[in-house]
Amino acid sequence: MFGSLFPRDVLAELDRLQREVQTAFDLSPSIRGLGRGGFPALNVGSTPQSIEVYGFAPGLDPATLEVNLDKGVLSIAGERKPELPRPDAKTAIHINERFSGRFRRVITLPDDADPDGVSAQYRDGLIHIRVKRRQEAQPRRINIQ
Amino acid sequence: MSEAGNVTKQVDAAREQAAMMPPVDVVEDPTGITLFADLPGVPKDKLDLHVEGDSLTIEGEVSVDMPEGMEASYVEVSLPRYRRVFTLSKELDPSKVTAELAQGVLKLRIPKAAHAQPRRIEIRAG
Repeated sequence: MFGSLFPRDVLAELDRLQREVQTAFDLSPSIRGLGRGGFPALNVGSTPQSIEVYGFAPGLDPATLEVNLDKGVLSIAGERKPELPRPDAKTAIHINERFSGRFRRVITLPDDADPDGVSAQYRDGLIHIRVKRRQEAQPRRINIQ
Repeated sequence: MSEAGNVTKQVDAAREQAAMMPPVDVVEDPTGITLFADLPGVPKDKLDLHVEGDSLTIEGEVSVDMPEGMEASYVEVSLPRYRRVFTLSKELDPSKVTAELAQGVLKLRIPKAAHAQPRRIEIRAG
């Protein structure tokens, strides 16, 4: 979780604890397990026309990011290379909280997601994926004759 | 009654200021300290770095383009702001801090003051 393998910072630990407590109180977790605290953190929003997915994934090369939509399941995968130098006699790593390594996050989209209407952009370390909803599923007013 | 009002006001103020703590890496080498902080969604103009006395504050506001009328259906990042404060030690030179922000990663370099650069101390045999 956020790469806190070497816990040093009490506040960071409290933050992690709070997240775990939140997870524990989530009474209906998804079948894909405890998503919270994973990398990248995700926010999902929806409008009548689209589903908007935001992935908070700083410091990546957009060319290495893989975004796939398969049978209504959206996955975001990639790898984040560690930036830290190997500790030697002259350097010391004091805090190491940032995530590094391979990641994959998967979310299920609603049934009306259109696999042909997906666009994704990466800016300021934020992935924004927009999935359009199918035309026939758009709300329509039905005329009464 | 008024006391309760004050408490509510304080809570409101705290909520307004509530911020997430960005994860950081801190590495020290003989000439200074390098800090990396993850601030996804923060553009350059919404990043605020300041040194006051011996404390360094990193503050950033998340800017997300949201379509009008969007409703959140699942939220892991619930606050639009990051903040983290560090206490610098006196051998660091806060006037020479350099910062780069690229794709949501802040890299700060805080060099050590010239007088604090490493020196080997000779031990004389008495």
